[in-house]
Amino acid sequence: MNKNTNATIKELQTGLAQGTFSSAEITSDYLTKINLLNPDINAFISITREKALEQAKAADQLIADGKASALTGIPLAHKDIFCTDGTTTTCGSRMLENFKAPYNANVIQNFENQHAVMLGKTNMDEFAMGSSNENSFYGPVKNPWALDSVPGGSSGGSAAAVAAGLAPAATGTDTGGSIRQPAAFCGITGLKPTYGRVSRYGMIAYASSLDQGGPMAHTAEDCAILLQTMAGFDKRDSTSMDKEIPDYSASLNNDLSGLKIGLPKEYFAEGLNSDVARNIDEAISQYQKLGAEIKDISLPNSKIAIPTYYVVAMAECSSNLSRFDGVRFGHRCDDPKDLEDLYKRSRGEGFGEEVKRRIMIGAYTLSAGYYDAFYLKAQKLRRLISQDFSQAFEEVDIIAGPTTPEVAWKTGEKSADPVSMYLQDIYTISVNLAGLPGMSVPAGFADGKPVGLQLIGNYFDESRLLNAAHQFQQHTDWHQMSPEEK
Amino acid sequence: MQWETVIGLEIHAQLATKSKIFSAASTAFGAEPNTQACAVDLGLPGVLPVLNKEVVNMAIKFGVAIDAEIGRESVFARKNYFYPDLPKGYQISQMDLPIVGKGRLTISPAEGVSKVVGITRAHLEEDAGKSLHDQFPGQTGVDLNRAGTPLLEIVSEPDMSSAKEAVAYARKIHSLVQFIEICDGNMAQGSLRCDANVSVRPVGQQELGTRAEIKNINSFRFLERAINYEIERQIDVIEDGGTVVQETRLYDSEKNETRSMRSKEEANDYRYFPDPDLLPVRVTDEDIETIRTSLPELPEQKRLRYINELKLTDYNAELLSSSREIADYFETALCRLSDQPSLLANWILGDLTGALNKSEMGFADSPINPEQLTGLLTRISDNTISGKIAKEVFEAMWNGEGSADDIIDSKGLKQITDTGAIEQLINDVIASNPEQVEQFRAGKEKVLGFFVGQIMKQSKGKANPGQVNQLLREKLKP
Amino acid sequence: MSLKTEDVKNIAHLARLAIDDDAVTDYASDLSNILDLVEQMNQVDTDNVQPMAHPMDAQQRLRDDDASEPDQRDKFQSIAPDVENGLYRVPKVIE
Repeated sequence: MNKNTNATIKELQTGLAQGTFSSAEITSDYLTKINLLNPDINAFISITREKALEQAKAADQLIADGKASALTGIPLAHKDIFCTDGTTTTCGSRMLENFKAPYNANVIQNFENQHAVMLGKTNMDEFAMGSSNENSFYGPVKNPWALDSVPGGSSGGSAAAVAAGLAPAATGTDTGGSIRQPAAFCGITGLKPTYGRVSRYGMIAYASSLDQGGPMAHTAEDCAILLQTMAGFDKRDSTSMDKEIPDYSASLNNDLSGLKIGLPKEYFAEGLNSDVARNIDEAISQYQKLGAEIKDISLPNSKIAIPTYYVVAMAECSSNLSRFDGVRFGHRCDDPKDLEDLYKRSRGEGFGEEVKRRIMIGAYTLSAGYYDAFYLKAQKLRRLISQDFSQAFEEVDIIAGPTTPEVAWKTGEKSADPVSMYLQDIYTISVNLAGLPGMSVPAGFADGKPVGLQLIGNYFDESRLLNAAHQFQQHTDWHQMSPEEK
Repeated sequence: MQWETVIGLEIHAQLATKSKIFSAASTAFGAEPNTQACAVDLGLPGVLPVLNKEVVNMAIKFGVAIDAEIGRESVFARKNYFYPDLPKGYQISQMDLPIVGKGRLTISPAEGVSKVVGITRAHLEEDAGKSLHDQFPGQTGVDLNRAGTPLLEIVSEPDMSSAKEAVAYARKIHSLVQFIEICDGNMAQGSLRCDANVSVRPVGQQELGTRAEIKNINSFRFLERAINYEIERQIDVIEDGGTVVQETRLYDSEKNETRSMRSKEEANDYRYFPDPDLLPVRVTDEDIETIRTSLPELPEQKRLRYINELKLTDYNAELLSSSREIADYFETALCRLSDQPSLLANWILGDLTGALNKSEMGFADSPINPEQLTGLLTRISDNTISGKIAKEVFEAMWNGEGSADDIIDSKGLKQITDTGAIEQLINDVIASNPEQVEQFRAGKEKVLGFFVGQIMKQSKGKANPGQVNQLLREKLKP
Repeated sequence: MSLKTEDVKNIAHLARLAIDDDAVTDYASDLSNILDLVEQMNQVDTDNVQPMAHPMDAQQRLRDDDASEPDQRDKFQSIAPDVENGLYRVPKVIE
């Protein structure tokens, strides 16, 4: 096995620039490793081998000609929620089993413009609905650290691919924790940017007011490099923000002394696994050693974040997924006897159980007579939750706590009871409701499985988050551990 | 029992933009199926709507023109339902916060009568595609070219009490949207569509009766017929001891009847909620002022000016301000003939309108342009030709034979005003009709007409009728 | 909050989802549990709170009125399940 497959992007950039290896070499190393390990881990839904090798060859030429940009020749994996022109984009669903998008997502196009290499499309919970990657039509993903456990979700394929060294980094999307939670479960670093920082164009929508794409990698430094390419204004997305993009790598080495870190008491209350808590406490001590000031804060409305989130997300998804009707693309049932039959069977067959549950709850909460009690109520609570953060950020620079209450659970353990799974999102979902940036950073192990430290920043303050995470990684080695060496 | 009718209209005006409301696909009419349906219009996964600026401007124009409150913050909402011509499974529309609020419009349902109709609101939304039922046996074909075309839905108050008033209101909206150039008004192509809410109640009753919504009305004539049919139907239902059901009814113009579609409550729970892909549209006072100053003079302002300043009759003022085309024609001509507005109005609304109607043409493509028409009317005013000869010249101009002066010259139609020449004609006629001379002198005044006719005939209509009259009387004196 | 099987069938119809008859009871219980979770929202008073539809207090950006989109019908229809003469085909729609 080639050592390169556990390298960081930073290291690959250096190697490519110095001619230590070519893009074609590392691309084929990753493809070899994917062939070897993917049958066990199931991190990829599709492997775009030919395209990858072609792109790598072209990248090598650009490097030789001195025309390379930052990510030229760097192999990456993309969550199968991002539309890729000419290759299948399934979103983890039978509905899109044969769907070849006629366009690239903005995120994909940004990487193509830099001549990065696409290794394949990663597995995910169907339409990003899930926290365990068990809700995929293409089978569950296994956690490289413990094959009997879930990798988290919904970007579980991306997290597992990076953790297992099947890709140096990957893209993910985060609606309620779908980047941060699998990053935590798989021992990698993941960043959900501020809502509006990364274009949603071509990213198949789950809940439009919450969805945000972001990078998943070994290190904060790699996340900074990837975000630099992913972030940016896109005129095709009305919710994309036209705001200056800082040089995310430039501020990575800023001194943390005087950084005010808030610890929300609600994130350390009942329900938090004690082993996880101990790791988080140690991480906080590390920040203190780096000169940070620790403050106790409160986010009092955290307790209703889960119901609020699910009402908003399910209402939006019930409408977003109406376009999957078997008429213009996607799964269509055999021999529909009439129009209603076409709709009902195409959708009934094309969507999995969890997707159907969420669509139905969403339709119900928006229906006549219930709108005020559910959707409108949730929108009001959303404001209160958001205000909690605004108040907190008057006192502190970043907020820290656990990414998840527990480490990765065993496959099948919670799948029978949807609500027990929803409750696992307790620390991540408020961030999406408020639209803030959040990260998960490897911070130790409990029960042999990785623990994630969550860092939450103020709007468009990704630089500070990346800086804090990078400094932590300069003094810890959790992010360098590999399941192969375990 | 005496019944009264209550009518409100919902008019969908297709906004005359180049591209769609949320995508850059063309809105041109008549393209090959689905060639103007882009990824956004097709509702493909992952694509997103971005609002067309011109659509917002046009809605504000309309709002200003009906003196309405403009929503400083308006919000797009999703109206969820499944239908093959609705690609996303929802229509983007406006619900709670429309861009145009309460306004009003003055209509003239009959000569000399005017009435103010309240407009509840006007909101923006996207059009659906077209389902074609006659293309394949047992199947429906879907063309999504029209999907995403911007519509302004104009909702009136239930202020109209007869089909005539409803038609007058619809016509006024039709002319207004063309006047301010936000809609081409082409009803045959569906650019303006009308739904009518109709109910009846006993005269004197305060509360409204149960209403039926009539859809599928694509001309003013059908609007009047559909409403009248529906009024009769509802009265019959009630007088037969039944009750009117709240429902949507389809107008069948061939049979001239309305018939029930599915009951509306059963089928539709639209689950409106704010579209999370779009942000609130904010409009500032400054935006509104910029648009206000860019608006042309509106039909109502013109109508009043024609009556008050140009002293036209109410009837002529109403007609001349009824469309942008006719008003533009009139005013262009008026610049050249500013002292004769009534003469101009009579010719435009008389001979010219008649000729245009006969050849199914509009004022914009009239073979006689305003310059040519005023050329002709100037020659009437300065006595070069008589009104009768003018009609002959008009016809020659219509047939492209040149300007009025050219035609007058080449056909020798110039009026004879030389007293000597006219006297000669009179002498001839008197000499050859001694019997009639006697009659006149005996007091039979009517015979004068005979002489005038004879003289005009001899002069081929060119003799100045005033002069002929005067000279004739002198010559016939005993 | 408890949903009956009849409620589930109505919602499934509203959302145009075919669900197996023998799965309706499971759906009813799952959906009821989710609604119980959702009802926790009532613990917090929200009188006088403005609803928040978007994370950002931003306004809609407006696009210039250019019809710049090219015709890509062939590409778009290559992924469609049933197309004939440029039209998407569905079972007969009865008005």
